[in-house]
Formats: sequence, structure tokens, C-alpha cells
Amino acid sequence: MTRLPTDLRAGAEAAGGHLPALVLSAERLAALIAPGAHGLRRAGPGEDFWQYRPAASGDEMRSIDWRRSARSDQEFVRDREAQSAQAAAIWVSNGQGMNYSGAGDRPTKADRARLLGLALAMLLLRGGEKVGLLGQPARAGRIQADRLAEALAPAGTAEEDAAPAEGLRPNQRVIVLSDFLADPEWVQVLLARAAGLGVTGLLFQILDPDEAHFPYEGAVEFRSVGGGLRHHSRDAGGLRAAYLARLDERRAWLRTRCDEAGWQFGQHLTDAAPAAALGWMWSALGREAGR
Amino acid sequence: MLLLGPFGFAAPWVLAALVALPVLWVILRAMPPAPRRIVFPGVALLAGLADRTPVARRTPWWLLLLRLAAVAAMILAFAGPVWRPVLQDPADGPLLVVMDGGWAAAPDWAVRQSRAERALVDAAAAGRPAALILADGRDGETGALAFQAPGSLVAGLRAAQPVAWASTLPDDPEAALAGAPSGRLSTLWLTDGTEHANRKAWLAALTARGPVTVVPPSRPLRTLALAPGDAPSLTLAATDDAVPAVLAIGPDPQGIERELARLVPGEATDQEGAWVRPVAIDLPPELRNRITRFRIENEAHAGAVVLADDRVRRRKVALVGNPVGQAEGQVLLAQTHYLRQALAPSADLVEGSLGDVLDSAPDVIILADQVQLAEIGELAEWVDAGGLLIRFAGPRMAGFERLMDEPLLPVMPRQGGRDIGGALSWGDPRGLAPFAGDGPFAGLTVPEDVTVRAQLMAQPAPDLQARTIAALSDGTPLITRDRLGEGQVVLVHVTANAEWSNLPLSGLFVQMMERLVATARLSPADEAGDDRQQPFWTPETVLDGFGNVGTAEGLAPVAAEDLARGVGPGRPAGIYAAGERRQALNAGGPILRAQWPGATVEAAQATTGRDLKGLLLAAAALLLALDALGSAWLARGGRAAAAVLFLALALMPRPQAALAQDLDAELMRAATEVALAYVVTGQPEVDRASEQGLWGLSLALRQRTSVEPGRPIAIDLDQDDLSLLTFLYWPVTEGQAPPSPQAYLRLNAFLRSGGMILFDTRDGDIAGIGGPDMSEALRRLAAPLDIPPLAPVPEDHVLTRSFYLLGDFPGRWQGNPVWVEAPPVGAEAEAGVPFRQLNDGVTPVVIGGNSWAEAWAVDENGYPTFPIGRGWEGEQQREIAFRFGINLIMYVLTGNYKSDQVHVPALLDRLRTEEMLAP
Repeated sequence: MTRLPTDLRAGAEAAGGHLPALVLSAERLAALIAPGAHGLRRAGPGEDFWQYRPAASGDEMRSIDWRRSARSDQEFVRDREAQSAQAAAIWVSNGQGMNYSGAGDRPTKADRARLLGLALAMLLLRGGEKVGLLGQPARAGRIQADRLAEALAPAGTAEEDAAPAEGLRPNQRVIVLSDFLADPEWVQVLLARAAGLGVTGLLFQILDPDEAHFPYEGAVEFRSVGGGLRHHSRDAGGLRAAYLARLDERRAWLRTRCDEAGWQFGQHLTDAAPAAALGWMWSALGREAGR
Repeated sequence: MLLLGPFGFAAPWVLAALVALPVLWVILRAMPPAPRRIVFPGVALLAGLADRTPVARRTPWWLLLLRLAAVAAMILAFAGPVWRPVLQDPADGPLLVVMDGGWAAAPDWAVRQSRAERALVDAAAAGRPAALILADGRDGETGALAFQAPGSLVAGLRAAQPVAWASTLPDDPEAALAGAPSGRLSTLWLTDGTEHANRKAWLAALTARGPVTVVPPSRPLRTLALAPGDAPSLTLAATDDAVPAVLAIGPDPQGIERELARLVPGEATDQEGAWVRPVAIDLPPELRNRITRFRIENEAHAGAVVLADDRVRRRKVALVGNPVGQAEGQVLLAQTHYLRQALAPSADLVEGSLGDVLDSAPDVIILADQVQLAEIGELAEWVDAGGLLIRFAGPRMAGFERLMDEPLLPVMPRQGGRDIGGALSWGDPRGLAPFAGDGPFAGLTVPEDVTVRAQLMAQPAPDLQARTIAALSDGTPLITRDRLGEGQVVLVHVTANAEWSNLPLSGLFVQMMERLVATARLSPADEAGDDRQQPFWTPETVLDGFGNVGTAEGLAPVAAEDLARGVGPGRPAGIYAAGERRQALNAGGPILRAQWPGATVEAAQATTGRDLKGLLLAAAALLLALDALGSAWLARGGRAAAAVLFLALALMPRPQAALAQDLDAELMRAATEVALAYVVTGQPEVDRASEQGLWGLSLALRQRTSVEPGRPIAIDLDQDDLSLLTFLYWPVTEGQAPPSPQAYLRLNAFLRSGGMILFDTRDGDIAGIGGPDMSEALRRLAAPLDIPPLAPVPEDHVLTRSFYLLGDFPGRWQGNPVWVEAPPVGAEAEAGVPFRQLNDGVTPVVIGGNSWAEAWAVDENGYPTFPIGRGWEGEQQREIAFRFGINLIMYVLTGNYKSDQVHVPALLDRLRTEEMLAP
């Protein structure tokens, strides 16, 4: 089906209409956390001036700072502060299941995931890190927050989706936001490849309270958001224990996989404040960096 | 039929299905309701989980009850339930249906007809012979009743109508019943509840032959009659104590028959089972004289109507003054002048000598200062028969020597009279004492300035005070009255002119005379002299049984002695005329309730059983709908049920929105901008030409006149309101569908309220028919319109000079006549005036075939759309066409204003005269 350019633009405008709100709320969220000092506080390859030191043998001629050396008889070398070459890659699940909210006063899981992802990206950008979506080039600078906000626009149509393991690059931190309710095979693939590349990161599970507590009773026919999966139960209340056990099992499995790969696993319910989740992710990244 | 208490069932075996209800209960109970459907992303985690303890879900008891009730209602409905069923008559002998056919049966005639028809149909089903007597007194001579198959009687029954007299049965019941077949004769008597001729004899004869069932009237009966007595008043008799209003109906000043007044009946008295209320006709004489009939509100029978005749109408007053005419110019001194002025609005006046006026049978005779009358004997007879004689005193009476012997005076006067406040007398002129509260003048206010300078005194007598109905402030009588036989004699102790007092100059005099005349008894209807001259009375208008007024057709004149017996067969209620006298024969009267010894009186309500099937089926449908709602609520939660409920409410027909909102913005523009309008024909090129033509004309009007119309408005006759339009251009096309009848109603209202339609056949009258009919299509379209007689535009029609002076009215074609309303026949040109003063009427239609819209049409750039003629002459024709359009719109907007210019010469003349007179 061919779409007229005007239709496309109208659709894009409608889809992008919520972006300022998302950016604003993410900014407000990110402002709660003050990024720590950056820079590795040692000489190394980088942009900023670090120190002048007397040239030693082994220094190349072109590294001598002639302006400084002219003021004395000695040759000086201009050192720059070493900069980390690491970048953060964020991936937010775009599956249909993410578009679920158990109650009208709660945001959907996708909304919360995008909010957290963007807020974290803004924090990192303010700290001078390079941030991008997984599989896309990471860039620094405030304008990157806007690009990310656009790239995170909702388009959930797939029944389930997986983070692309081939998008992993060395020296990356990867933050994966999803509900991990569908088949988690891709997690194992992703973590295996990440471990191979030495990439670390976070798995962050975002669930609706209804999914976490299973408050249903009586005869119920459960359907997935897309309608592809169905489960018919005469006594939903009787299924609660089994469901919760399976959920715990899924979480334990994820945590185990994370531990094996050196990743961290966090979880969040959409009725909780997003700031707590953001704080946890921020500190988790810090912990990881300190490791 | 199975009977259970008040219920009957036509098909009782269907009720056996009720046994199945408990089984249904069990089945329904085991069927679980539909599961709720929940969207849940975690369904992947549930895959493969089995219900640990599959709970058997049960339908809630209330849902179960709903369903069972629905099924039970359906079973009951199909069993044919009837509330209070009418049991079939078990009799098998012949059936006689007696149907009272007088006016008293008219209020519920249809009910009676259907009841009798049901009885006949039932008899036909049972194979019983039947006969029908319509007790309207018209078939008294038929002899023995013919019993026949009931089906053949139904047509006659349906055609029967009540008559405008009381129900009447044939005289001899035995002879009528001689032809009855053997067997017990069962009788169904549909009575009107009143006693009437031969009823008792018939009842006795019928009860002797078999059972008699009497069906009483289903509605209370109310009748209206003229009450006997001096002042005309009415009597309302009713079998219940409701107080209906009595309407006085007559022509209004425009001559349109309408309700003139509503009379309220007074307090009721109980007379032999009927409530009787007096209804006073307390109306101004001007109003009362216009009344043609009285009618009880919401009663449709002849007994509820009283036709007004001379008895209710204005009195005939004879004035007898000085036989010799007054000197010319002294009319204000005439004795009768003030009387004439006072009485003319409310009474018919007869003047002449006493002998002349006595022949005209007046209700009141007024003698102004007359003594020693030649016809005193006849006058005394007339008063004795009920006449009202009013005499005024005066110099002649005061100076009459044998005044003590003068007959026909209420009190014995004292000769000479009395002067008060004159030049040679003591004291001041006397005023009037307030009127007694129980006299004929009660309630009238005495003006301060009414004084009496001279009066005729009365001899003191014991009964003088009782006979005085108005007195002066010193207690001496001003007006005295005495009864004489059936009539009365009144003496006014002053003159009827302003000689002795200024009473005749005051408004009080008019009121007093009206009051006095109103007390006059109505002239007796059966005067012997009249009867001798007029032995037959011809019906003029008669009432039918329902009280509707109709013309008397096929009715023979009625002998006077028959008329005196009141309404009856051959002389329905109505107005009867003999010579100049008119007399009303009214059906209503006192109600005599009939008694029914030996007969079974059916309860009034038990006319028919009420079929409950539809009700029960509706209840079942409602229950099933509730069940659907309840199930939805269970399955989806309250929100879904609310949505269903909302949907149901939204689908329900809503009441019409307020009418004020109906006006389309486009039509409102017609009112604000004086936009011209055209009729949409459905042919695009014609409609476009109309639109462009009217726009071209609008532009011309804007340029040349102070009329600045907006864009033309397209009118769909079937839908649009025309009330805001002034001018409608109607191009006539072949095959144009005529508008709906409602549209024609609107069009006629539009024409009547001053709108104008320009019909344009657009063909230049190629067919050469020439008449106003023009084309078949126009004739077809315009036939239902109220169009006056038409004529070609006369040379001096306002249309020729309302803005431009025009001789021809070309459009795209020229030389064809244009038709407008014809001038009145009598219009003649006055000398010195260039045109006739034609009618006031502005023609509602202009009909022509010159295709004006095409001549006017301009495109959006202002250039003409259609070519006309050739070269300069064509453009000249277009210019004249525009001038015609402007004249036409001016004519529409200003009417015959230009026609009034006929008065300009006269106005100028007057101005010149005033100028010359001015200093």
C-alpha cells in the first residue's frame, strides 16, 4: 500500500506530538540525580589539557609544545587527560505486550520504559557520555537526547521482539528495558555475545502490577495484546500461585544469566515512582564501572 | 375457554408447557455463563497451566429467574389470555338487537355500533336468526320485524346514524314481534339511558318472551336547554357532576364562526338522578346578539347544542314619540333622540305610531310623553301578554288634566309635576340616590353630575316604595315599575330628553336602558295570530344526531302544532322559519332516567375482554433484553453493560429538537439581505441560469437602486421554509415534479402573506397558446395555488412605472404578454388622471415566458452569459429586461405605493390653497 507523503507526515506529527512531554518528564527525572565527576584524572589520549611535563626520551618531536618550551630552556610536552572511549547503548522493547496497562491511571509499560530509557540517556549525556540506541551509533551532546526521544517513538506492532545481539560493540554499556514475559531465548543469545565482547550492562524488567500480582478470579479467557495467544481458565484464582511461581522462576533465570555474564538485573512496577528505578539504574551503572 | 378468576385462556392446553419450567431450570443452571475476556500480556507464562480445581460455575439465580420468567410469559401469551372475557351468550333462540337511535346515543355511537355488531357476528356464528330495531322513530310503519341471517344486518347497522330527536320505538310491540321465529327470544338492548316513547311497553313485551340484556351508555349524558323565564339563560342537565364549560358560538366581526365566549355553569341541584345547573348568559348585548348557538364543550350530540333564535337575540324595541316631526335642526330636543342613541347598538328599533309598532310584535314599547292613546286597549292586551312598556314623563303628561285616570301607569301620578332648582323654586336640583342592591340597576354607579330639575310626582301610596326601582336623593321616585299580567309597565318620571334632567346625557342612561330592555320577556313563540298566518314552519338549518349543523335538505315544512310538540321524527333540532320569524327547535331537555325491571343490565365496563397476549409477549421480550444486559454485565463487567445500556438509549428515538433551531442560516440570510430566491428545478443548466440571472439582477439593483440584495438563494420547495422570502423566481420546465402538498400549503401561505412568484416558462411562448396557461407543465404546477383571475399587464399597471417607465417586459425573448392579477371590473379612469386607480391588491403572481433569468444572467466576471438578439438592439433589449427586473422587485417590495401617486394632484392643490390662505 502506498502512502501519500502527506499521510506519512501527518502520521509522524501525530506520533511525535508526545515527544516534548516525554523529553520534559525525562529531563525532570534526570535532574534528580547529579552526575559525578568525569574524566579519568590521568594523562592519556583525550581532548582536554591535563599537564605540561618535561619531555623525556621516547617522546616524539611533534608532541613537544613549542610555545611552552620557548619560555625556558627545557622542552615540555603537553599532556591531555585520558578520556574513556565507552558508550552506552539503550534498548527498549517494542513488543505489543508493552502497550499494556492494567488500570487507567497507570502508564503503559512501554511509556514507562521509554521514559526511563530517555531519562537515563539524558543523565549520561549530561555526564558527557556517548549514548545511542542499541545498533545505532552513539553520540554525545544535548541534541542527542532529542534524537533519542524521536527514535523511541512508539510503534509497537510485533508480538514480541528481541534486542539485536549483532548490535553489540566492544566498550559498550548496554541497558535493556523490557518485560521479559515472552520467550526469553534472545536474552541468552545477547548475554552470550556480550560476554564474548566484554560488554556489560543491565537487564531491567518493567511489569504492570496486574502482571506481578495476578488479581483475577473466576472464569476468564486471557488473551495477549495482539490476540495471538489465548489461555482459557475456569478458575483464574486457582492459577495465581502457579503463575507467580513461573514469574519468580523467570526472574531467577534472568538473574542467573546476568550473573554469569557480569550483567545486572533490576525490576520495576509501573505503579512505583520512576525516580527510584532511575536511581537504581544509575547506581548500577556506577557499580559496574567501579568493578 | 378456561376461566381462572378474571382471566380466561383461549388455548388452555398450551399452559401444559409450564410443566417444563423446572426442567428448564436445571438445564439453565448447569450452563455456565460466558467467561470474561481479559487482555493480559503475561499469558505466555500461563501457557500449559491447568486449572487446579475446576469450579463448576453456575448461572446466578436472578439471571435464571429472568429467563424462566421470560419463558413463562411466552407460554402464557400463547395460551391466549383474556382479562375479564366476555362469555358467549349460551342462548340459541332468535336474537333481537334494539338500538336506541336518538341524539342521546350519539356520544358513544361507535361503541354501540361495535357492540351490536359483535352481538350480530356472534349470532351469525351460532346460526341464530336476528333482527335489528333502530329506535329512531323513522320506521314506525314497517309492521312485523323480519328475522333473518345476522350477516345481512351488519351493513345496515354500520350505516346507521343517530338522529337529532329522542329515541322512539314503534307503537305496537306485539305487531312488530309477530314475525319472530319460535324459541326464546333473547334481546340485546343498547340503551341511551333515557326514558322515551313506548319503551316500557316494549320492555314488558320483550321480557315476556325471553331474557333482555341491557347495555347502558358508556359515557355520562349532558344536555343543554333554554331555561324558561324572563332573562334568557340555559340549563345544563347531566348524569354526572362534572362541570363542563358551555361555549357560545357565533360569527366574529370578520364573519368567521368561532367561540365567542365560555359560560361557566352555576351550582348544581339534584333533580331525579340528574344534576341540573343554571347557566347564565351574562354577556354584553353586542356579543350576545352574534351568538348562533350554545354548545357544551367536548360533547358531540344534538342535545348538547342550543340553537339561538329570537329569544336569545336582541330585543325589538318600539319607540313612540311625537307623531309630528320635530322642526328641522331641533333633533336634540326630540324626545326619542336620546333613546334612539342609547338603544341602537343593542336592540332593533322600530319607530312609528303606536298602532304601527304594535303590529310589528316588539318586545319593548317606549312611549315618550304620550297620553290619551287611541290604541290603549290593544296596548294593554300586549302588556298583559308579556310586553314591557316603558313610559317617559314630560310636559304633556304633567299638564294632562285627567292624568289620574290614565291607564297603564305603575303608580298614580300627581298632576302638574314638580320643579326643583328652577328660577322660581326653592332648593337645588336633586341628584340620584344609589340604586338598590336587588333592583334591575344594581351595581350601576351614579355619576355626581346627574341632576334632576323637574319630575312627575307620584301619589303617596303604601306600595309606592316597593314599586320604586330608582329614586332621587330625597327619596322621591325617579323610576317606578309594576307588573301587569305577564308583562310590566315602567314609568320614568322625567323626560327622555334633556329638558327635565341631564340624565339622558349621561352614560348611565344608556346602561339603565339596556338593563331595562334586558328584563323584557321574550315574545311568546306561539302567538295565535302568527300561527294563523304561518301554519307551516320551514326548516332552515338542522342538526344531525352528533350536533353538527347542516342544511335542511329533503325535509318537509312542519305544521305549527307539530313544532310546538318539540323535536321528533321528521322535525329534527334546527332553526325553523315562518315568514320573518325564526324559531329554534332544540333537542336537549331534562334527563329522565330509564328503569329496567326484569332485564339484566350489563356492567358498564364489561363491553369486551382485554387480550393480554401482546402485553405478555412484550414482557417476555423485555425480560430477554434484561437477560442480555445481565449476561453482558457478567461477562464484561459493569462498563460493558453500561455501554449496552447507553447504546440502547442512544438508539431510542429522540424527541424533535426545538423548532426554533430549524431555520437554516441560508434562509435567515434571505431576511437580512433581501436575497432573491429561485426554485430548484433539478435541471442543472436551468438552475445555473436562474442563479446567474438573479445574481445579475441583484447587481443591477445594487448599482441603480437602494435595494442591495445578497447572493440568490436556491429553494427546494419540498423542504425549505418560504416564510422569510419576498420574491421567488420559478422557471417552469417540462418534467418538473410537482412539490408535495405541504409545499403547496407553504406556497399558498407565502402568496397570501405578500410574497410574489414569477413564473417563467422560458420558451417565449413559441407554442403560441398565448393565454396565462402557457404550458402544460405550468398548468400542472400552478393548479393547486391560490391564483386570482389573471389578465395581461394593463398599460396603466403599477408594474409599468414602479421604477422605470416601461411599455414592454422583454427577457431573452420579447413581445409576449405578461399576466398579472386582473384589475377589478369597476375600475374606471378618472378625468385628468393618467391612470386608473387600480386595486389595492398587489398581484401574487407574474406569469410570462420571456426567459428573464437568461437575459439577466451574468457570469462571475460580470459579463452576460447568454446572447440576446443581435448587436446594439440586443443589448438594448437586455437593458429593458433589467429595467423590468428592477420594476418587478420594486413592485414586490413597495406594493402599490406608486399607485398612490394618483393623489399627488389633490395634495398639490391643497398645498396651494393653504399657501394662498396663509398671510
